[in-house]
Amino acid sequence: MAAAELARRIASREVSCVEVAKSYLAAISQHDPQLGCFLALDPEATLRQAEAAQLMVDNGTAGPLAGVPIALKDNLSTEGLETTCASKILKGYVPPFDASVVTKLRLAGLPILGKTNMDEFAMGTSTETSAYQLTRNPWDRNRAPGGSSGGSAAAVAGSLAPLSLGSDTGGSIRQPASLCGIVGFKPTYGRCSRYGLIAFASSLDQIGPLAQNVEDAALLASILTGHDPLDSTSLNVPPISTKDLKSGSLRGLKIALPKELFDDSLSPDVRKVIEEAIEALRKEGVQFKEVSIPSIAVGVTTYYIIAPAEASSNLARFDGIRFGPRSEGKGHIGVVERSRAEGFGHEVKSRIMMGTYALSAGYYDAYYLRASQVRAVMTQEFKAAFEDCDAVLSPTSPVPAFKLGELTADPLALKLLDYCTIPANLGGFPAISLNCGFTNGLPIGLQLMAPAMQDERLLQIAYSIEKAMPPPKLPSLA
Amino acid sequence: MSISIDEVRHVAKLARLELEESEILSFQTELNALLGHFGDIQSVDVSGIEPISHAVSLQNVWADDQIWESVPREQALRNSPLSRAALFVVPQIIED
Repeated sequence: MAAAELARRIASREVSCVEVAKSYLAAISQHDPQLGCFLALDPEATLRQAEAAQLMVDNGTAGPLAGVPIALKDNLSTEGLETTCASKILKGYVPPFDASVVTKLRLAGLPILGKTNMDEFAMGTSTETSAYQLTRNPWDRNRAPGGSSGGSAAAVAGSLAPLSLGSDTGGSIRQPASLCGIVGFKPTYGRCSRYGLIAFASSLDQIGPLAQNVEDAALLASILTGHDPLDSTSLNVPPISTKDLKSGSLRGLKIALPKELFDDSLSPDVRKVIEEAIEALRKEGVQFKEVSIPSIAVGVTTYYIIAPAEASSNLARFDGIRFGPRSEGKGHIGVVERSRAEGFGHEVKSRIMMGTYALSAGYYDAYYLRASQVRAVMTQEFKAAFEDCDAVLSPTSPVPAFKLGELTADPLALKLLDYCTIPANLGGFPAISLNCGFTNGLPIGLQLMAPAMQDERLLQIAYSIEKAMPPPKLPSLA
Repeated sequence: MSISIDEVRHVAKLARLELEESEILSFQTELNALLGHFGDIQSVDVSGIEPISHAVSLQNVWADDQIWESVPREQALRNSPLSRAALFVVPQIIED
């Protein structure tokens, strides 16, 4: 059931918060052994939180999603609940504090179901770099759920959670949402506090909701966003409002289609479904215009220089001294080098190596500096494209869900799949993925991007577009 | 641009990663595949473009100098693999 509907039933006392939490915990114990979405659960804590939420409902102090349980990506710090980033280097780490978004969820009365699987330190596109387990796509269990927020996406698609949180550095909310047939929203950079989100690439990371539909995503975003003095990059603006969510119209809407996101890299199956969606929207009165944003062609390179560069610095803190397992080694440096070698998986090491190289003496100008200039060019080009349109539309992923193991041998091919989602992170603007159809039983996501700070407008447009698409659906779990 | 075995070793040293010989070879292959692809960025005209390190141009975010409760010491130490008497125990840093 969708979160807004669940909240309505809780508010009208058709069902209690504890009953709702229990039913999701039961679904998790029944189906998660097959899907592999969760890394940590604490059912007692979930039920205590559900009881507290019921008190809010009974007192009349409940917010719009009180009592609706939520699953959290395992890079969000949760006080008292193990948080590993799906890495061995944080095995056993129990944060002494909550991330700011987690505090907001607690205050709003959303019981926490558990922590979801992800690519190690969010570095990946299939959740296969997790040091702990595979997550399976609920639409086809031989396929990947996407990544890096694959556990969060599969949990919502598999009806193990009505809502979840992910983080998006280069598409890690939107791409798994697309591959799992649900909605994933990355707000404007700075609207969600990153305090307590274990950093991957600080200038790109943004937390956001995964949900069954746009309304649920918008309601959750209204709880997550708002200024936080604990994150100096948090924007001092009010939380996202859902007031005008349903008052948009498709007629007269101007949407740009960047030709670089419809090039030959797009699989014919995805192209067909997206083009049908565009045609359906055209009939509803949407005006489409083809535009060119040339820097998209070098987006993957720009991203795979900047993100690893920032990661190589952020991940320097994992040294086996203050948290995580410590390995034996010679002297201080030996211990640190061995702890990191044994704690990090291959993909994380690879990105640390790449980032260290790109920042090292002699290569900084050719790589990091140049990538930062291209980032400026791309931001300007998108700004120009947004000037005479309401939103930019593209596929979210050039391919539907791929088979588990299919792309693990070719890390570069996997990275090249990110080209549709990367621009919104480099430019900091909001983007959302919603389902627009299926090919061979696999969901296809449509991405919408809007200018920075136009989150409300983007959600309003996405809501209208969702109404013109086939109604959202979830797979049945046998 | 391609990266030599010695450069891979040097970068691993900078990154504080103790790598096996087989890993060094595999990272050389992987990094060279990436660097091969990265050549495309050289074709973009960036003359006169100021680099940006951030999408949002926030500057000088000030906070009041307030005292607030911090994480208690026992809690801060609880995740450490080795601590004693309210201190993190670290490996020897200066040799005898």
